[in-house]
Amino acid sequence: MKKPKKFSIQEFDLWYNDFHALKNINMDIPSNMITAFIGPSGCGKSTLIKSLNRMNDLVEGCKISGSVLLDDESIHGNIDVNALRKRVGMVFQKPNPFPMSVYDNIAYAPRTHGIKSKFKLNEIVEQSLQNAAIWDELKDRLKKSALSLSGGQQQRLCIARALSVQPDVLLMDEPTSALDPISTAKIEELVIKLKNDYTIVIVTHNMQQATRISDNTGFFLLGELIEYGDTQQIFSIPRDKKTEDYITGRFG
Amino acid sequence: MGQRSLSHYMEPAAKILFILSASAAIIAVGLICVFLFMQGLPAIWNIGVFNFLLGTDWRPTWNPPLFGILPMIVGSLYVTAGAILFGVPIGIFAAAFMAKFCPAPLYKILKPAINLLAGIPSVVYGYFGMTVLVPFVREIFGGTGNSILTASLLLGMMILPTIITISESAIRAIPSEIYEGAIALGASHENATFRVVLPAAKSGVMASIILGIGRAVGETMAVRMVAGNQAVLRMPHEFLSGTRTLTANIVLELGYAYGDHRASLIATGVVLFVFVMLINTLFSLLKKKDGV
Repeated sequence: MKKPKKFSIQEFDLWYNDFHALKNINMDIPSNMITAFIGPSGCGKSTLIKSLNRMNDLVEGCKISGSVLLDDESIHGNIDVNALRKRVGMVFQKPNPFPMSVYDNIAYAPRTHGIKSKFKLNEIVEQSLQNAAIWDELKDRLKKSALSLSGGQQQRLCIARALSVQPDVLLMDEPTSALDPISTAKIEELVIKLKNDYTIVIVTHNMQQATRISDNTGFFLLGELIEYGDTQQIFSIPRDKKTEDYITGRFG
Repeated sequence: MGQRSLSHYMEPAAKILFILSASAAIIAVGLICVFLFMQGLPAIWNIGVFNFLLGTDWRPTWNPPLFGILPMIVGSLYVTAGAILFGVPIGIFAAAFMAKFCPAPLYKILKPAINLLAGIPSVVYGYFGMTVLVPFVREIFGGTGNSILTASLLLGMMILPTIITISESAIRAIPSEIYEGAIALGASHENATFRVVLPAAKSGVMASIILGIGRAVGETMAVRMVAGNQAVLRMPHEFLSGTRTLTANIVLELGYAYGDHRASLIATGVVLFVFVMLINTLFSLLKKKDGV
């Protein structure tokens, strides 16, 4: 891989109580590229993406071993977890806008991180919505409740919200699985545009989506990383029989 | 065959039983409404709406008697406002603690304790007020201790379980995705709870406050035991003086009142009833807004 690595995951294991959810994962995630995690339900791909910003800390009975390095620094060591999550933003499977105005949805995180100037906040709100390609649709509705938006708009608002704190990385956990094809296409287009400025990791159930947008793909099965490499290669000449069976639709 | 005919009769019978049970509550409310208004409204009419509601003197045994209940209306407003002042902030923080901060072993103790608080008879609260709060207020602020402040403190305590329980369930009803969305932006647990989850639960929290107000306005026994009960129009700065609420006015005098005096007490009940109806209407309006 030509680009420098953003994340380096080394001998990473994760348990939910007695359930061994991730087994000895080793992978590097390159900067400014789109890395897709694919695999059948329960394979561990969502668990892994949630480990990258330590959202699994919220799950009771979750234990880990091994290491995850972000820019060569351990995310489990002497690091402020809130600062980590500011650097590593996340977009969820189901759009989860806060039940407040469009403006406040975007301004919430910058305010939380100490920005008080109204002028600066206005600027961030506009910039974030611009970057999420939804400014033109929402600029006249900033005071409206975010819940009044369509599902696709809500998800792009959530992307804008994640961008409001200027993260390095954007984690996306099946961001289009609850959306219609047109909204999905808009988000895919947006994700491709965003990789110029952000490192993107996306979990997807949709293999066409992985081929359309990702540079690298990792295939997971039963908590193991079966195969990881260039997306073109994985989907045309997979090295592992299990990968081939999955992408040709023999199971999953 | 026997089973079939049994179920054949069971269903309509159960239906009738349910309808009767449901009607019982409605009929009870209807009857209370009719008799209260039938006896109270003529009294208000005789005294004069203006003299009754805005009259500042309550001299039911004078000749001619004066039936002005403004001191009691204001008294009820003071102690209710005071209860809100003490009860609402503590109640909301307690609810946030119960829903988002409380360690599980502590929760197992606190939850039943709060439920118990809701079940304590008001006369017991009143006794607590007389023996603990009244001397406490007398000690710190002077005066007799039987005062607006004391009644407010006690009522604030009494509305806590209502506010905590309903606010807590409103907070818990906010989907965890909302909370996680805030956490994923790098917000602390406290920030996510107070800036995102609690505002999201605001209509439920408002409902809990309104129910608390309803309880405070209607409370009788505990208030009359600590409030001093003087039927004197007080100004807000006289919070260390005694006051009499609408409820206390009725319970203090109904035992010996007759004639116009008795009717004027029932009319006091009408005013109280209208207050409570207004509060309940506000509550259902809020709930409706929440539902959409």
